[in-house]
Amino acid sequence: MTQPFRLGAGGLIDRSRTLHFTFDGKPYTGHPGDTLASALLAHGTRLFGRSFKYHRPRGVLTAGSEEPNALVTLRSGARAEPNTRATTAELFDGLEASSQNRWPSLKFDLMAVNQLASPLFVAGFYYKTFMWPAKAWEKLYEPLIRRAAGLGALSGLEDPDTYEHDHAFCDLLVVGAGPAGLTAALDAARSGLSVVLADEAPLAGGLLLAEQVSIGGQSGADWAAATLAELASYPSLRILPRTTVFGRFDDGEHGAIERVADHLPIPLPGQPRQRLWKIVARRTILATGATERPIVFDGNDRPGVMLASAVSTYLNRYGVAPGHRAVVFTACDSGWQTAADLLATGVALAAVIDARGQAPASLIAPIRAAGVPVLLGGQVVAAKGSPLRAVIARDASGAEQRFAADLLAVAGGWNPQVALAAHLGHRPDWREGIAAYALGEGPGDLAAVGAADGVYGLAGALASGRAAAQAATQALGQSAALPPLPLAEDAPHAVSPVWASGPCRGKAFVDFQHDVTASDVTLAVQEGFTSVEHLKRYTTLGMATDQGRVGQVNGHGLLAAATGRTLAETGTIRARPPVVPVAIGAFGGHHRGRHFRPTRHTASHGWAAERGAVFVDVGQWKRAQWYPQPGETHWRQSVDREVNATRNGVGLCDVSTLGKIELIGPDVGTLLDRLYINLFSTLTVGKARYGLMLREDGIAMDDGTVTRFAPNRWFMTTTTANAARVMQHIDFARQVLWPYLDVQAASVTEQWATFSIAGPKARDLLRAALPEVDVSNEALPYMGATTLHWRGYAARLYRLSFSGELAYEISVPAAQGDALVRHLFAVGAPFGLTPYGTEALGVMRIEKGHPAGNELNGWTTAADLGLGRMASKKKDFIGRVMAQRPAMVDPARPRLVGLVPVDGVSAIRAGGHLLAPGAAPVAASDEGYVSSACYSPTLGHPIALAMLARGAGRHGETIIVHDPVRGGDVLARVVDPVFFDPAGERLRG
Amino acid sequence: MRIPCPFCGSRDSREFVTRGDAAPTRPDSEEGMFAYVYLRDNPAGALEEWWYHAQGCRQWLRVSRNTRTHQVSGAILACKGGAA
Repeated sequence: MTQPFRLGAGGLIDRSRTLHFTFDGKPYTGHPGDTLASALLAHGTRLFGRSFKYHRPRGVLTAGSEEPNALVTLRSGARAEPNTRATTAELFDGLEASSQNRWPSLKFDLMAVNQLASPLFVAGFYYKTFMWPAKAWEKLYEPLIRRAAGLGALSGLEDPDTYEHDHAFCDLLVVGAGPAGLTAALDAARSGLSVVLADEAPLAGGLLLAEQVSIGGQSGADWAAATLAELASYPSLRILPRTTVFGRFDDGEHGAIERVADHLPIPLPGQPRQRLWKIVARRTILATGATERPIVFDGNDRPGVMLASAVSTYLNRYGVAPGHRAVVFTACDSGWQTAADLLATGVALAAVIDARGQAPASLIAPIRAAGVPVLLGGQVVAAKGSPLRAVIARDASGAEQRFAADLLAVAGGWNPQVALAAHLGHRPDWREGIAAYALGEGPGDLAAVGAADGVYGLAGALASGRAAAQAATQALGQSAALPPLPLAEDAPHAVSPVWASGPCRGKAFVDFQHDVTASDVTLAVQEGFTSVEHLKRYTTLGMATDQGRVGQVNGHGLLAAATGRTLAETGTIRARPPVVPVAIGAFGGHHRGRHFRPTRHTASHGWAAERGAVFVDVGQWKRAQWYPQPGETHWRQSVDREVNATRNGVGLCDVSTLGKIELIGPDVGTLLDRLYINLFSTLTVGKARYGLMLREDGIAMDDGTVTRFAPNRWFMTTTTANAARVMQHIDFARQVLWPYLDVQAASVTEQWATFSIAGPKARDLLRAALPEVDVSNEALPYMGATTLHWRGYAARLYRLSFSGELAYEISVPAAQGDALVRHLFAVGAPFGLTPYGTEALGVMRIEKGHPAGNELNGWTTAADLGLGRMASKKKDFIGRVMAQRPAMVDPARPRLVGLVPVDGVSAIRAGGHLLAPGAAPVAASDEGYVSSACYSPTLGHPIALAMLARGAGRHGETIIVHDPVRGGDVLARVVDPVFFDPAGERLRG
Repeated sequence: MRIPCPFCGSRDSREFVTRGDAAPTRPDSEEGMFAYVYLRDNPAGALEEWWYHAQGCRQWLRVSRNTRTHQVSGAILACKGGAA
């Protein structure tokens, strides 16, 4: 297989090895060191894709990550990755690539018909079209647009690769390993700073690899490699190749994406595909270089029109001629270097057209001497042919000339890449001398060097890298004696601002990726979108994956001309992160699937899983919801059985997930008095008390039980959901509000495993399980507590009941929880001990009218929940004052009630709203809502808890439970919320 | 964003929970309670605010931050004199 455009020699490629790859199913060859673009260009491939809006045939424009045209889908199957730039995709053996945005084929794309309708598709067309008739939007327009829109397609399959997150901390972050960056990094390392050096390319050197220059007597590429090797010898220096710093954030934080395995067919075993870095740097140096900009003229997007520095890169770095016969069109000195490179590699040079009236004689002379026509003060009027066949130009006198060419190298000048500085608000300013935007007064901890600061000469770049490193070193209090810089020369590098050329009547592109033309800019100005930010959004110029790195400044230039302003007055847009697209998978890291967030297991989890428990997520916890027995096919069977077994025998439930806080000190009682609505300082040792705490605005926040084990040793429980919030609340109270109180608090939620043992046979079971403990009613009355030892471990036993049955809670250190639950079930067999889950737990507390999370919903006060009388009048507490506001004590407020279906069988569902019978089902009739509902096996019918306006005085009334979402209104009777054993006799025996 | 915790050093802000303006002081009586619960100045510029090192030392910090520049200039422990 021949590569007709591969040069006979040269390039940083390994010609001794051949790689095989395919593009749109056709086989090709290349070499290690090639990119997909360089290898395809070596074969003479011109067509790489179709443009976004107009489906124009497109070829390679650049040689870097700013490429707007040659976007392909790399790989196939689950690893298929759309919108990959062929110019940076490193070639590997077996690479598969396919072109995008074309049907049925790249060469013959039916969607190219869009071009005929192009007058309809001008900037902002979507604000003016597809509006009539309104009904047509959903069924006709949107599906059509959805099919036509977008660029590239995702595989839709699960990503088989893994992604890592990592952190780095350094004195100095150097972004870019070109000549300026390498110099800065080396000087900093020599001065004893810790340095991170990141470059998006696999090899250091930046544009040195694209040019024929020498540094200190070596070729640029050799000098870069040698400098990198020297840098690697410093242990405090981390080199990150293939790494793009994509964002700069507060406090020295930078985001960077390391493409660990993008250049391999698949990652090595154990290797992540990419690594997302958070780099915290005390100082940052931007050595990100400058990107070349094009010139706007008719047909400037034709395959074969390429940026001049890209042409030089393909010639020098990849040993590829992007064409047989070239024209160079330049507005700056650097374009002449490309002309020289073309001559040196034997590509026919048809003409050099310089838009400026003059250029350095040293650059012109060798070109003229080779017999190449030179047009100073000339213009390119149009590029013809797809792919390129001819260039129409005008000389300084206005006479038209036609040059046959298949390659047009365009050099419109250079844009320093200082987007990272803009992320924290430092927009670049217009610098007249370099006809570009560059960093003005930057932040103190960031400096731009080399081409990124508009210093385009090589010697100047080295010097500016040194100066910035010196400044950073001094600022950080270090210093070192440094050897002299290697010898280098500044080539001529003057630039003139030439934004457009020729009439720009037809398709003269400003933003290639979004198909924004010069006439779109004119249209935007006509419609009043004259600020750079408005121009960007209205035309979508600069909003594609290249983020305007190629064409944005040309757009500014056209805008300035159209509005009669200078570039300085026009300004530039504020760049935002990320500088390049970053895969969502990289941001996710390992937080996928099971690892999206932590899973918390209680001590009995393994045991419960053995018993076949069905688990439910409660926050991050897994809690057993019910324990199905063989033969049970519906969850109601299991839950009803568990409730009955507990109320008639004895049941066990793992309640370890509730928050637990240990409180120690002489002032704990005082603190608790201020946090809870009821008194706690009066609680005696060996007793527990239920409490409710409010938010500062008077709304109920959380409830729980506090136990006093010793005069200065207390223990608090919270609901599962509020464990962290209450801990934070306690810490705020004792550290900020009342720091003079002598109180220590520690979260011990995970330290204890706690089981609830409930039912008439609970005491019998405990006597058998804990024979040394006196569990008589006298020794351990209701709301009493004691400490004990179980198998030598400190344990606690409480007489508490959430179910309304005779009940206890036993706590052991979490590591003993599994052993305890197995012990209890071994001992419990004769008593018919039954495990019950959160559903049965919920049924029993609803039967007893206990408020829980559904009622502590952020709207309810203590009085709403029927707990108003709990509030002590003898002391102040958080929320007391605000709970007394008129709207908070209004008797018309929703109040906790019970509901039963009038027909005795209809299920009442939580979320239903309460209406008076006959009232219209509108918001104005709303009298409340159902907060909790279940079937009560104890009573034999459905029940519910609800918040009903003026509910306390409405027991006996009928009310409609209206459920428009799920359908089926239910007629219900309002009753006392305590459905079962209202006197509480079962718990006190 | 990084918070300079006096115990733990400069830490990622993700370890913390923010509560807001530290200027209001909790009144002992009804007078001023509404303003304490609901009213905040929202200054453009220097702000002292409460941050809780939830995933670290669990201390409340009084952090000095500029709401315009996002610069965090310091933090003191609430319990060591930072409390209002």
